[in-house]
Amino acid sequence: MDRQAIMEQGLTQPLVAPLLSPAARRRQLREKVIAGFITLMAFTGIAALILIIIFVAKEALALFTEPEARHEASLSKMFLAQDVAPGRPPFRWQPVSKIPKVSMIPLFVGTLKTTVVSMLVAVPLGVFGALFAAEFAPRRLRELLKPVIELLAGIPSVVLGFFALMVMSTVVKEALGFDRPLNAMLAGLGLALAIVPVIFTVSEDALTAVPRSYREASLALGATPWETAWKVVLPAAAPGILAACVLGFGRAIGETMIVLMASGNADVISWSLGDSARSLSATIAAEMGEVVVGSPHYSLLFFIGVQLFIFTFVLNLIASTWTRRVVRKLTGGAS
Amino acid sequence: MSLNPNAPRPKMEARELTLRYGTKAAIQKVSLAILDRRVTALIGPSGCGKSTFLRALNRMNDLIPGANHTGSILLDDTDIHDRSVDVVDLRRRVGMVFQKSNPFPKSIFENVAYGLRVGGMKDKSALEQRVEKSLRGAALWDEVKDRLHESALGLSGGQQQRLCIARAMAVEPQVLLMDEPASALDPIATAKIEELIHELKATYTIAIVTHNMQQAARVSDRTAFFYMGELVECGATEQIFTNPREKRTEDYVTGKFG
Repeated sequence: MDRQAIMEQGLTQPLVAPLLSPAARRRQLREKVIAGFITLMAFTGIAALILIIIFVAKEALALFTEPEARHEASLSKMFLAQDVAPGRPPFRWQPVSKIPKVSMIPLFVGTLKTTVVSMLVAVPLGVFGALFAAEFAPRRLRELLKPVIELLAGIPSVVLGFFALMVMSTVVKEALGFDRPLNAMLAGLGLALAIVPVIFTVSEDALTAVPRSYREASLALGATPWETAWKVVLPAAAPGILAACVLGFGRAIGETMIVLMASGNADVISWSLGDSARSLSATIAAEMGEVVVGSPHYSLLFFIGVQLFIFTFVLNLIASTWTRRVVRKLTGGAS
Repeated sequence: MSLNPNAPRPKMEARELTLRYGTKAAIQKVSLAILDRRVTALIGPSGCGKSTFLRALNRMNDLIPGANHTGSILLDDTDIHDRSVDVVDLRRRVGMVFQKSNPFPKSIFENVAYGLRVGGMKDKSALEQRVEKSLRGAALWDEVKDRLHESALGLSGGQQQRLCIARAMAVEPQVLLMDEPASALDPIATAKIEELIHELKATYTIAIVTHNMQQAARVSDRTAFFYMGELVECGATEQIFTNPREKRTEDYVTGKFG
């Protein structure tokens, strides 16, 4: 039969569905089983996350439903100034004294101080370190640098806290002339140790993912390597670098052990970095072990957890919105 | 080369240039002159070294680890590898347009202004003037004048490539190197780029690498045929295409191989 004839036949004769061979049937079954397994895994993870949120929120909710808790730890007691006695500070966190004082404000201030210090130190270190590794380091050095810093990310935070407590505390105190060895500055620096590797690795990946053609175009226009890195590569990697910073921030605000060991944990409201600081996460860790289950204090600690969750969630939301805007501006809706 | 004293002088000239990646030679003892205000086409099969040669002319090969060379390349009779030559200055004088259009993820305006800004131009109106001039020069102005501050990545492929040409021209180089500038474009966009090359010839010295024989014949004054890292033949385009001296050139331009 010539080609013409075959084509005409193909057009006129109705197609007969071929029977599945046993091999094909087995193959299809295997695909279904594997897909089902993967779906199950994915939903288990998501379900665990949702259950955690429900559990934490439920424990915190008692604060608003139980009469005893509502009296002892009302929202006004948590967030507004309290006249306990003349001359006493209006914001205190002393949930287990005779008159429980449950102001969240010192905890906010403490968290803010340690987190801001750590970000101020870690973002430049991490981002410029990544810029160096991606743009300027000789290949050998870069191949050494990245795994070493990633190894640093694997150091348990309790070890970093111990290091801050035993080694860095005296150095920081002497160098900056603080009164106390344990203070917000030290905790912030300890936190920075933990988040520099996070920011570095994620930023470095973002920078190396910038196409080489951008660099070539920039250099061919007579830009120096630094101008190329600063004005072309860094802006092109901006969304990834922002993601790195958000990841670092999430770690900094949630990190517990380092702050617990290095910050001094006093519930003072002071903007001085030389003063002690008590963070939200360290408060949960320090007090959860001794709290009476079901008491207002117990619910309070869960409420702190909810707040931490809300902070990171809102920050992630802002960051992702901003990232999307930047990406749209960079690509003009293309890509 | 003719002995006529009115013949164009060489703007750039390679002398016995051998270029290696590590120990593997990519081009061997190439001596070739790029004549002032002429279009020189570099043709040859893939891997013949024509792109490597082009990239050597503004030292883009410096970026490749392990690349090294012997021989010399002259720009206006000065060796571009001389210690007195700054590579950044060299690249401002010898601009480049790449095979794949590579606009920065910035606005159209900022793409063209980039080279000027890194060159130290700050005055806003001067920048605007120069950007407009370059975009007009690249026959892109009318298409983009209302969207200068939108991202360059929203342009079509042909527009992006013309933007890259405008960007390269904005810094007013003396030599423009083009590495297969139209290979990723459709015929209409290609025609526009070729037309542009014709116009640019009045002011710029152009070297263009192309896989497209018709394109080389259409746009260039002189053609150099590379094969296996060697310069086989170089001469007036008409002569290369109608009356090549070498058998290999003839086989290639008539499509017997390559």
